[in-house]
Amino acid sequence: MSDTILEMKNIVKEYPGVKALNNVTFKVERGEIHALVGENGAGKSTLMNVLSGVIPYGEYTGDIIYNGKECQFHSINESEETGIAVVHQELALIPELTIAENMFMGNERRNKFGVIDWDRTFKEAQDAMTRVGLKESSHVLIKDIGTGKQQLVEIAKALSKNCKLLVLDEPTSSLNEEDSKMLLDMLLDFKKQGITSILITHKLNEVAYCADQITILRDGQTIETIPNPNHTIDENRIIKGMVGRELTDRYPEREHNVGSEVVFECKDWSVFHPVYTEKCLDDHVSFKVHKGEVVGFSGLQGAGRTELAMSLFGKSYGSHITGHEYINGKEVHLKNESDAIKHGLAYATEDRKTNGLILDETIARNTTLARMEKIANRHGIVNVPEENKQAEIYVKEMHTKTPSIQQHVGNLSGGNQQKVLLAKWMFTEPDVLILDEPTRGIDVGAKYEIYQIINDMVSQGKAVVMISSELPELLGMCDRIYAMNEGRVVGEFEAKDATQEKIMSAILSSNNKNVSQAG
Amino acid sequence: MKGKDFVKKYTMVLALILVFILFTILTGGRLIMAQNISNLLLQNAYVLVMASGMLLCILTGGNVDLSVGSTLCLSAAIAAKLMQTNHSSATAVIVALLISAVIGLWQGWLVGYVHIPPFICTLAGMFLFRGIARTILDSKTISISKEGFLNLFTSYIQIKGVDHLGNCPSAMVIGIIIAIFISIFMIADRGKKAKQGYQVASMGSTIAKVIIFDILIIAYSYELMGYKGVPVMVIWILVVVLIFGFITEKTVFGRYFYAVGGNEKATKLSGIDPRMVYFWAYFLMSVLAGLSGLLVGARIGSVDGNMGNSYEMDAIASCFIGGASAYGGSGKIPGVMVGAILLGVINMGMSILGLPDQYQYIVKGAVLLAAVIFDVVTNHKTGKS
Repeated sequence: MSDTILEMKNIVKEYPGVKALNNVTFKVERGEIHALVGENGAGKSTLMNVLSGVIPYGEYTGDIIYNGKECQFHSINESEETGIAVVHQELALIPELTIAENMFMGNERRNKFGVIDWDRTFKEAQDAMTRVGLKESSHVLIKDIGTGKQQLVEIAKALSKNCKLLVLDEPTSSLNEEDSKMLLDMLLDFKKQGITSILITHKLNEVAYCADQITILRDGQTIETIPNPNHTIDENRIIKGMVGRELTDRYPEREHNVGSEVVFECKDWSVFHPVYTEKCLDDHVSFKVHKGEVVGFSGLQGAGRTELAMSLFGKSYGSHITGHEYINGKEVHLKNESDAIKHGLAYATEDRKTNGLILDETIARNTTLARMEKIANRHGIVNVPEENKQAEIYVKEMHTKTPSIQQHVGNLSGGNQQKVLLAKWMFTEPDVLILDEPTRGIDVGAKYEIYQIINDMVSQGKAVVMISSELPELLGMCDRIYAMNEGRVVGEFEAKDATQEKIMSAILSSNNKNVSQAG
Repeated sequence: MKGKDFVKKYTMVLALILVFILFTILTGGRLIMAQNISNLLLQNAYVLVMASGMLLCILTGGNVDLSVGSTLCLSAAIAAKLMQTNHSSATAVIVALLISAVIGLWQGWLVGYVHIPPFICTLAGMFLFRGIARTILDSKTISISKEGFLNLFTSYIQIKGVDHLGNCPSAMVIGIIIAIFISIFMIADRGKKAKQGYQVASMGSTIAKVIIFDILIIAYSYELMGYKGVPVMVIWILVVVLIFGFITEKTVFGRYFYAVGGNEKATKLSGIDPRMVYFWAYFLMSVLAGLSGLLVGARIGSVDGNMGNSYEMDAIASCFIGGASAYGGSGKIPGVMVGAILLGVINMGMSILGLPDQYQYIVKGAVLLAAVIFDVVTNHKTGKS
C-alpha cells in the first residue's frame, strides 16, 4: 500500500564548475519520517532548495511529482501553497519581535480593512504553539527564549501554514540532547497526525531513532535508500554509505601518554552572568588537566561549560569571577585575552563564524591573528612572506582543502574553516587548548581529520580540554571526562570506564536533586 | 593575472586615467599645464591628509568621523588667533596640533571606551568644535601673514640663482633622485625576499611596477619644474600618506584596524583590545584634521568660521570611491589616494571649463554612487547574505 507523496526524479543542478546535484532521485512515502543524510556538500540543502522553490524551476532539470501532480515551483510562496514547509538550519527569526509577530511574518492576520488584527494574531500564534508543546506566551520576544524554543517557533510557524510535508534542515544542530529528543518525539507525534517529515541531520543516532527510511546522498548523487522499519539500524551502516568506505574506527587510534604533571588547574571557579549579575553560571568548579591529556566536558546546554572556558581564558566572559587558576603549577591572574595567550592558553570558540574567524579575510591573515608578533619584527612590522610561509605549513599539516592561503575563509566549508580556527590557535603555541564543540556542524570525514589534529596536539605534549555535546565523541577521544550540570561538576570519569549511560545519569540525577531541593 | 581580474583590481586607477584624459581633451590641454598640475595636490591637500585618517575609522566597521571639518576650522582658528596676538609661528603650530590631539583623546575615549556610537559622538563634535572655532574667531575673518608660518606650508623648494618661475631644474633633480631610490629599493627588496625563500612577484611585474612609478614621478617632477618647483605642502602630504600607508600595509598595529572591522568578537578573543583600536582611529583622525587646518589656513591665507564646511564629506567620499568597504574591514591607502585625486581632477577639470558649482556636486555624487554600486555588485560586499 505504497502511497508516494513526493517523488523527485533525475534532478540535476549545476553551479559554475560544480555539479551540486547529479541525477538525484528521491522518493518519500506519505506519513513517514524520511531522513536525508550525507556529508557536508553532498547536496542535501540544494535538493531541498529545489523542492521548496528557492532554486526556481528552470534553473535545474528533472521532475518533481508531489501529490501525484507534476510541480514547477518558481518561488517559496508557490511551494508553501501546496503544503510544503521548510525549517532552515539557520533560524530566520527576528530577535526584537514577539513570537506571534514572527510566526505570521509575511502572512499577517488582517481584518477586512487590511489592518493587522492583533487579537487574532496572538490567539492563533498561541494555538500553533500549543500544537508543538511550547509553553510560552506569544507576546514574548524571540530574543528572550532559548534556541530550542526558537526552533519550536519555526516549526509552529510551518504548521500554521497548513503544512503536509515538513522539511527540517539540521533542526537539532544547536540543541542539547534533551531538547533534541523532545523535538524528535514531536516529529513522531506529527507522523500519527499524518504529516510527512523530511529530516536532514548529521546526528545518526537521531536518524536511527525516528526515521522510517533513510536516503543517503554523496557528491550530489543518491547512493541508496535504506528502510528502517524497526528503528534499529546500525549507525556504521549509514556511515558506510555516506563516506563510501567502512570507517572501522570513527576515532583515530592514539597512544595514551598522559603525563603526571598538571599543566592546568582551576579551583573553586565561580562565574556570574555579565548582565543578570545575580545569576550564577559556574558554581565553585574545580578541575585539572595533565600534560598530553584530552579532558572532556559533557553536559546539557546551559551547563556552564562555555562560560567556564571563556572566563578562564582571560575573563572574556562573565562578571564577579572568583577562584584560582594555575598554569604549570603557578597561580595566574589573567587580566584579559592577550594575557591568557601569553600564558600559553588557547580557546577555540564553539561559534567559529561569529567569534572565531574573520570571514572576509584570507586564511593567512586569520592564521596569524592571535599572535602576530611571531611574524613581525620588534618594531611591529609584519613580514608578509613569512606569514604566508607559516600559513602554508598549517594548511599542509591540517590538510585544509583550499586553492590557496589567500582564499577568504568565508568561502571555505565548515570543516575547513574549523581547521583554520585550530591552526590559528596552534600558531599561538599554547600549552593548553580549550576546544569548544570542535566538530559542530561538520561532516563525518572532516570530523575524523579534526580528531587526528587533536591527537597530534597531545602527542606534541599539549593538553587539550574538549567541550562537546556529543557523548560518543567524548568517549572516543578523551582520557578523562567531567560531567557538568547547571554550573557544577557532577561527575568525573576515566574514559575507559565511562559509558554514555553513566554520564547521562550523572547529569540527570543531579537535576533531580535540584528539583527535590527546590521542592 | 587575467584581464578581468586586472580590471577588477585596478578599476579606479583606470577610471582616474580615463577621467584625466577626458578632461585634458575637454580643456584643450589646459588641465596638464604645469600650474594646474602643481595646484592639483595643493588644492586637495586636506582631502588627501584627512582621508588617510578617515580610512582607519572606516576600517573599524564603516564608522566615520563627522567632526573633522570643524576640528580643521578650530585648529586653523587657534593658529591664526595666536599669530594675530603676536605669538610665534612655532607656538601657533604646536598649540593648534596639541588642541587637535586633545580633541582626538576626547573623541577616541568616548568612542572606544565609553562606547558612544561614532556617528553621534562625532556629529556632536561637529557642532561643538565649529561653535568653539567661531567663538575664537569672534565671527570675523582673521588673516594669516606670518612669514614663518606661510613658509612652513606654502613655499616652494627653490635654489637661488638656479631656479626661477617657469624653470626650476631642482624639482627635476629631486624627482630623479627619488625615482632612482625607489627603483633600487623595490628591486633589492624583491631580491632579498627571494633569497630567503619567500614567494615573490615575478621579475617582469616588479620591473613593470618600477617603470610605472618612475614615469609618474618624473612626469610629475617635469610639471613641477615648469612652475615654481617642489611645493613644501607636497612633502607634508607625502609624509602623512606614506606613514599611514606604511601603518596599514606593514604593521601589526595596522592589521588591528582590519581585524576589528572584519569581526570584532573574534578579534577580541584573539587577544586584541578593540577599544584601543577605536581609540587610535579617532585620535589619529583628529590630529590629521588639525594638521589639515594648518595646511588650508596657510594656503588660503585667512581663517573664517565657515572654513572646512563639509570637508569631512570629501574625505569620506574619497575613501569609498577608493574601494574602502562601507561595512569595514577592507580598503587601502593607495586606493583612497586614487579616490581623492579622482575627485580632485573632476573638480579642477570642471572649474577650468568654467562649469558652476552645482554641476560639480552632481558629478561628485554620481561618481561616488557609481563607485560604490560597482564595488558592491562586483565584490558582493553587501554585508548581508
